[in-house]
Amino acid sequence: MKDRVDFDSVQIFDVSRHFGRRRALANVSLAARAGDIVGLLGPNGAGKSTLITMLATLATPSKGEIRYGNETASRLGPSLRTRIGLLAHELHLYPELSARQNLRFFAELYGLDARAPVDDALESAGLADRGDEAVSTFSRGMRQRLALERSLLHAPRLVLLDEPFTGLDDRAVGLISDRLRRLAAAGTIVLLATHDLDLADGLVTRVALIRDGRLLLDEPASPGLRARYRARIGAH
Amino acid sequence: MFFRTAWLVLKKDAAIEAKSWEVLTTTLFFAVSCVLIFAFAFVKEGRAVEDAAAGILWIAIAFSGTLALGRTFERERYSETLRALLLAPAPRAALYVGKLLGMLALLGLAELLLVPLIALLFQATLFARPLLLVALLAGGTIGFCAVGTLFAAMLVRARSRDVLLPILLYPIIIPVIIAGVRGTTALLGATPDEPTAIMWIGVLGAFDVVFVTLSLWTFEPLMTE
Repeated sequence: MKDRVDFDSVQIFDVSRHFGRRRALANVSLAARAGDIVGLLGPNGAGKSTLITMLATLATPSKGEIRYGNETASRLGPSLRTRIGLLAHELHLYPELSARQNLRFFAELYGLDARAPVDDALESAGLADRGDEAVSTFSRGMRQRLALERSLLHAPRLVLLDEPFTGLDDRAVGLISDRLRRLAAAGTIVLLATHDLDLADGLVTRVALIRDGRLLLDEPASPGLRARYRARIGAH
Repeated sequence: MFFRTAWLVLKKDAAIEAKSWEVLTTTLFFAVSCVLIFAFAFVKEGRAVEDAAAGILWIAIAFSGTLALGRTFERERYSETLRALLLAPAPRAALYVGKLLGMLALLGLAELLLVPLIALLFQATLFARPLLLVALLAGGTIGFCAVGTLFAAMLVRARSRDVLLPILLYPIIIPVIIAGVRGTTALLGATPDEPTAIMWIGVLGAFDVVFVTLSLWTFEPLMTE
């Protein structure tokens, strides 16, 4: 892949984001390094998705700066996006196309020679035998696994996940959690926005608590996440 | 990377359309329905109202094009795939070009159906100067789609997008429709007025250059929240 950029950390410096008069994020500073699984925790409307959207370069901060390594998104240009993978609330898949067609399209969009990564992704998603079926025929869990593999096709350095466990059964949650641990062990920076504390506990290596757009806590993960969350944010 | 991305987006849309036939069939059906309704209104005892054909052709193109624009981007709204496209490591204007080419192909097919249908129903001499007609249709369609694709992409997350699209689009593309109608009217009749038609083709060409340049320039900032 041409113009391949790389970085081993993401730093958010005093970032604020406003939508008209509404403040979504206020003066948030945070850092994540290769191998980290950072849990962005907070209630609905806290600003987690806004932060993920800005890290994905789909929105720009109203104030402050995000650095990928030592560079900003505007300096790195479109090639930065070869190192960012995003799995959002919606799964970013075309339901009319088959799993293989979806993966091939996105692989080609990232300039990859499609065949090998697509086969590997189908294998990782546990869909090797259903690759030619339309995504619209898949269960939520199958779509979610496929969407995760779609976001990882281009071996991103920064993986952004917004509520990746919504609607999944225990087995699917376990498969995705294991995949995230393997990614982090291989040097990927994983940012995971969730309000499911039970899933975050034991998976994340750092915790960032956000409420009303403000960062309340940023510390290494340790047991007793729910109690600390309750103390800072309230019952959950 | 730019043209490759545009080509991939076009190819993907064609693959989806080949499975559903949703946008093509609804666009063609709507375009033909539009012409038939006008035919009932303006053709009496086998005689059409003079010079009505040009206006009806461009109204059918504009109405069916608006429908197609909405449906094309509805596909990217479901499952928010537009965001995934915006994450591609190519200039975001390439996505606009891919969508624009898809719309041009779609409206080109609609025009292949509309022109002979209108010529038949309204006894219009649309084929007297075929190259000039093709140039008028190409110029008008590029202008319409250039603005329409930009607005449809901007409105993809708006709740009232189906209402807002024509409200925003039509005032901007009125010059294109006027130039198209005037140019086509000049080609109708016993003695086609070629210089007038060529003048309107030039006007359409100028609109196209302005609209496509502005759209390419503004697409990325407009699509970044």
